[in-house]
Amino acid sequence: MSDLKRTPLFDAHVALGARMVDFGGWEMPLQYPTGILAEHHAVRKAVGLFDVSHMGEIRVRGPQALPFLDWLTPNGVAALRPGRIHLTGLLTEQGTFVDDLLLHKLSDQEFLLVVNASNAAKDLVWVRERAAKWEVEILDESVATGQVALQGPLSLDVLQPLVDIDLAGIPYYGFASGGFRGVPVLIARTGYTGEDGFEVYCPAGRTPWVWETLLEAGRPQGLLPTGLGCRNTLRLEAKMALYGHEIDDGITALEADLSRILRFGKGDFLGREALAAQREHGPDRVLVGFRMLAKGDIARDHMPVLEGGHVTSGAPSPTLGCNIGLALVPVAHAGLGSRIQVEIRGRACPAEVIPTPFYARSR
Amino acid sequence: MYPAELKYTKNHEYLRPLGDGTALVGITHYAQEALGDVVFVSLPEPGTRLEAGEELGTVESVKTVSEIYMPSAGEVLEVNGELEAHPEYVNEDPYGLGWMVKLRLEGDLSPELLDVPGYEALITSESR
Repeated sequence: MSDLKRTPLFDAHVALGARMVDFGGWEMPLQYPTGILAEHHAVRKAVGLFDVSHMGEIRVRGPQALPFLDWLTPNGVAALRPGRIHLTGLLTEQGTFVDDLLLHKLSDQEFLLVVNASNAAKDLVWVRERAAKWEVEILDESVATGQVALQGPLSLDVLQPLVDIDLAGIPYYGFASGGFRGVPVLIARTGYTGEDGFEVYCPAGRTPWVWETLLEAGRPQGLLPTGLGCRNTLRLEAKMALYGHEIDDGITALEADLSRILRFGKGDFLGREALAAQREHGPDRVLVGFRMLAKGDIARDHMPVLEGGHVTSGAPSPTLGCNIGLALVPVAHAGLGSRIQVEIRGRACPAEVIPTPFYARSR
Repeated sequence: MYPAELKYTKNHEYLRPLGDGTALVGITHYAQEALGDVVFVSLPEPGTRLEAGEELGTVESVKTVSEIYMPSAGEVLEVNGELEAHPEYVNEDPYGLGWMVKLRLEGDLSPELLDVPGYEALITSESR
């Protein structure tokens, strides 16, 4: 795996006995010796610590940063308050995804975009090419920035004693800057698991120290280092999209059931025309959640749906104890309670369309 | 990790001859570790006869699915019903509680079967 990129935490993962895999060009931990199920349950019931330093960070700043991003991305950038975050995307003229991202608003003149690792280089080119006519500066901070995600109901208890920020004062999808035992950090109340938690951005060189400090501090609460394996089952239960699965450059935001990131009323944005037209007559296919009806049937990514379309993500759900998935299917089969059939190794296996998210934490 | 009394296949099944013409089949420590947490094992009905190398069933883990193959020709006498409620036995005790099927062996043992040094050489080369 010599061509793969490594985060500042590579040595820490190897020392913990992690199984390392190729994830979008990055050598990342799939799981630690504890295993995916134990790591999944740790995040749902206690707290888990993920290395997400592979994510890309793009800073956009300048006098026209706000109008530029309000045109470049579909969600309401003007309406977002400083210190708040929203999910949005980089969309093509067709309304399909170059990537999805979290947009952090520092001020009307300064924003931090956090993008998928495997798309970071492409995204940077996309943003820079479209920024040419605007008075904005585009800074690639991916290499300089480390990031860890502390996720689970006990996240606040673990993190609070280590930082000089009042974490309870940060709303969900809000962020604040401060010190982590003296190290400058940005702490966002976001995550990719469906649990409460915090994503901590720090200087790349300090990431191993932040990681070790959190592992040590969380031990009494049952904190486990957690890998990409459980990250996938956790985000699937919470119905959070994964690029290359629920969204890509062939799937529109409406098909992906992400109309909540579209603000048609705000004025023009990239992809608006195509999406408005698709909204007019309705998309032909849409993303649905399903559960398999027989215990041993486990749908996996890319398996065909016999009524049309395919499974975008499928796995056993450790929290629900049944086998679930997301699929892009013709709208005629998308209603709650619809029966669909997933082709698993040549067999037609029955499934039922059920409400999503499959799992929502109590707040 | 790899008991000397067992025979192994290139596909990471093991065969435990019981000395009376029958044998137990499961997957090796290496295989269970590569699969990760096992959540379901699909096995044939007792009475099924299969040649060496034919598909015996599937093992589903949280992350992936893998086929298992007959280590040597025979008839399935019994499947381990405990795995229905406890698929984790495959991870926790692959050579004990995690056995999958009991076979009545037919004919000579498959010449493809490996002893411990042969199997360890195989997994060493796969791990590189």
